[in-house]
Amino acid sequence: MATLVPRVIPAPLTPTHAARVLVLRNFVVYKSAWKLFLTGFLEPVLYLFSIGIGVGQLIDTFEFHGEQVPYAAFVAPAMLATSAFNGALLDSTFNVFFKLKYEKLYDQMLATPLTTGDIARGEITWGLIRGSVYSAAFLLVMVAMGLVESWWAVLALPAAVLIAFAFSAVCMALTTWMKSWQDFDKITLAQMPLFLFSATFFPVEAFGNSVLRWVVEATPLYRGVVLCRELTTGVVTWESAVSVVYLVVMGVLGLVVVRRRLDKLLLT
Amino acid sequence: MATQAPGALTPWQGFARQYDYWLTVYKRTWRGGVVNSFATPLFYVLAMGVLLGGFIDADPDRLEGATSYLAFIVPGLVAAHAMTIAVSESTYPVMGAIKWHKTFFAQLATPLAVRDLVNAFVAFVIFRVASACAVFMLVLAPFGVFETWWGPFLAWVAQVLVGTAFSLLTFGYSARLRSEEGFGVLFRLGVLPLTLFSGAFFPIANLGPVLEWVARLTPLWHGVSLSRMFCLDTVDWPLAAVNLAVLLGLCVVGWFWSVRGLDKRLEV
Repeated sequence: MATLVPRVIPAPLTPTHAARVLVLRNFVVYKSAWKLFLTGFLEPVLYLFSIGIGVGQLIDTFEFHGEQVPYAAFVAPAMLATSAFNGALLDSTFNVFFKLKYEKLYDQMLATPLTTGDIARGEITWGLIRGSVYSAAFLLVMVAMGLVESWWAVLALPAAVLIAFAFSAVCMALTTWMKSWQDFDKITLAQMPLFLFSATFFPVEAFGNSVLRWVVEATPLYRGVVLCRELTTGVVTWESAVSVVYLVVMGVLGLVVVRRRLDKLLLT
Repeated sequence: MATQAPGALTPWQGFARQYDYWLTVYKRTWRGGVVNSFATPLFYVLAMGVLLGGFIDADPDRLEGATSYLAFIVPGLVAAHAMTIAVSESTYPVMGAIKWHKTFFAQLATPLAVRDLVNAFVAFVIFRVASACAVFMLVLAPFGVFETWWGPFLAWVAQVLVGTAFSLLTFGYSARLRSEEGFGVLFRLGVLPLTLFSGAFFPIANLGPVLEWVARLTPLWHGVSLSRMFCLDTVDWPLAAVNLAVLLGLCVVGWFWSVRGLDKRLEV
């Protein structure tokens, strides 16, 4: 007589453990693409040298919250913020779309004890780890070039991670609605104006006192850019708190939507 | 009755047999390129040329003879844009035609030769570059950034030449590449630094004497220089002859490099 062996039911993973497994998976896959990883760091540095220093020679200083800031020191924190933004955007749109639609990676993962919430959290955590390595390296470049004027700048790293979190969550949510690569045009169409008009290369005063200025001030990347700039120049105001709350709320909302959308896409 | 032996097509016949293929492809895919071809560069003109330019002294001595930063940046941006289109059209599509769709193998099974494939492909890229730059220049004409009526036409020819040279050089690279990972590196270590440091955004004199000479050695600078001299009517004919010779030389080198690369790759 065969004896009945009790079936082993795997214990459900805790969210932390699940996120760790997913991050490890991404790390293993990414190791083979280390060249892309290394060169990704160069992008903001090149912009800083080109626009901040090359164009900076044509410009005197800019006024920021009543203080005169040299052009390179004005552009550098914006590059910190926009590189967190660009990185989060790439990771959570193109990569997620590919995994969702072509690789069917998430379907495979759901055949394991992982849940859709784990997937959302794990993917975003990985993006944040990758992004913070870039941000930390860029901050060191800023320090080395003498573009950091205050100890508040230590908080610029968590600020960059917060920007990445907010955009990762929202963009991953948007990606779940995409049908084909052509839809990515819409991403580019939103990404370019955000990158160029969020007081990145010139102060928001360039828009005068028009409605346009209000619109710009209400966009998430502008909040991120100004937050980083306030921290590296040491002019921290109440506006900084507004930016932080704004970005946290945006990220949490995104995360909730991602989870619900993945449930709908993969579990029904 | 004299029938033509297979493989005995003249270059023109070979090319003429191919144009309808790429035209058909274009008819079905042109929407995908619209944002990148037209919207992105216009955002750059607005952000950098108009808004940032508002903060820059219009001193012709410091802007290579331009009377405003907008007039300075436009010819450079269009030349850089020609390069970007040429490179991106000659990367993934070439690898696709070799590795994924195997279009080139199919085409080679007809009387077409490798030379014809290269000619037709690059002709299509030139068409893309020429039309995008023409639209771009036309849109900018009312902003008063051109000094003469004939200059922009010659500048456009220079931009098309930039596109041709970069298309051929990139084609040769793509034909030899085994994995698409190499494209990410090409964009970050090739296209981006060239865009930022080849005099499109600021006079290369701002780079300091050593880097200024490095910039002079880059192919894009020759295109930017030609494009700007014609648009601003500050033509230095001996310099223009050098710029032209460099670009034409690169086209010739690039053509042989592409044909040899594809020849070797398709042999396997």
